[in-house]
Amino acid sequence: MSVLSKLQEAVVCLKAGRVTLPYPVKSQPVPEKFRGRPLFDAAKCTGCGGCANNCPAREILLFDLCQEIRIVQYLGRRCTYCGRCADVCPEKAITMSHEFETGTNAIGDIQQRVELFMSTCQRCGRCFKEPSALEQLKLKGYRVDDVAHERWVFRSKSYLETEPAVDDIKIEMD
Amino acid sequence: MLKNLCQKMFGRSLWVYHANSGGCNGCDIEVLNVLTPYYDVERFGIKLVGSPRHADVMLCQGPAMRSTAQALKRAYDAMPAPKLVFAIGSCACGGGIWFDSYSVLGPVEKVVPVNFYIPGCPPRPEAIIYGVAVAVGLVDKKTAPVKFKQIELPIPRYHPQDLTGRDELVVYEKVEKV
Ligand code: SF4
Ligand code: SF4
Ligand code: SF4
Repeated sequence: MSVLSKLQEAVVCLKAGRVTLPYPVKSQPVPEKFRGRPLFDAAKCTGCGGCANNCPAREILLFDLCQEIRIVQYLGRRCTYCGRCADVCPEKAITMSHEFETGTNAIGDIQQRVELFMSTCQRCGRCFKEPSALEQLKLKGYRVDDVAHERWVFRSKSYLETEPAVDDIKIEMD
Repeated sequence: MLKNLCQKMFGRSLWVYHANSGGCNGCDIEVLNVLTPYYDVERFGIKLVGSPRHADVMLCQGPAMRSTAQALKRAYDAMPAPKLVFAIGSCACGGGIWFDSYSVLGPVEKVVPVNFYIPGCPPRPEAIIYGVAVAVGLVDKKTAPVKFKQIELPIPRYHPQDLTGRDELVVYEKVEKV
């Protein structure tokens, strides 16, 4: 009986033929809807911060150097390739690429950093209308994430720390 | 001589130990997928072993958790040198999307030194093979940090000194540049 079942197994294995993919030698195509690493198009990004507010892994940091310059930094370490940043981006500046061969010996290799000039709206600081009422509750104003230590800071301010404005508008929005 | 021979052969017969310190099992499935006949890494001499004492490489999945960090550290210490640590998945590379919850200490590099990172949640089996190929020097890594900096203000600036009065109208003289 057991010899018979072994023979049966051998027949099944022989029928399947050779299935090993020639991956490292030949590249392997990915499915059409595969989401790889998000790629930022710096020419399209307006620095609205929608992606940073909606990233569940808090992988996109915003840092306002001054009124005119904003740094958008994508770290990529714990990015889950969920595509929410690409979904929420009003300018379609983020594309979910098919790149998956991101193995590296230095984690900083997958960072993307965009330094942008912002237009100077003195009233709200940053103009970005979110699609729903819930999303409008998200952080507005100046953002001071800890870019040096790559930490997301859940706080935004209506004034810049480096250039303290007139005292009476020191309202902190948490 | 024996040492040289050992070092030469190290890259050709990586015995891997598979350590999950609190991931969701997605990465484990992908690592096991790499060992199936479809990807068959045993043709490169990579073999899964059951004990860290037999292993050259530790594949870490999942973040360093409060409850498993000690065990991970002990497994690392038990491995004979030379040893490599691969962080597989976004949990091991950066702490995962629950990086700030109470039970997660952070990426595995907080507990053990990591040599190679394979981000993804979970990474494709091809991505894992690629990361291993980078480690043993078969291919070059494809990623490099991207930095973009605008050096010229794209929007023309508004200069109040160019405003001139002209019969009850205020005219901005540089208007064609705006
Ligand atoms: S793909 Fe998801 S996790 Fe990655 S940066 Fe975008 S929103 Fe964040
Ligand atoms: S959502 Fe799009 S436009 Fe806004 S900061 Fe992110 S990438 Fe730039
Ligand atoms: S990286 Fe993603 S798939 Fe892997 S263990 Fe973490 S949550 Fe699971």
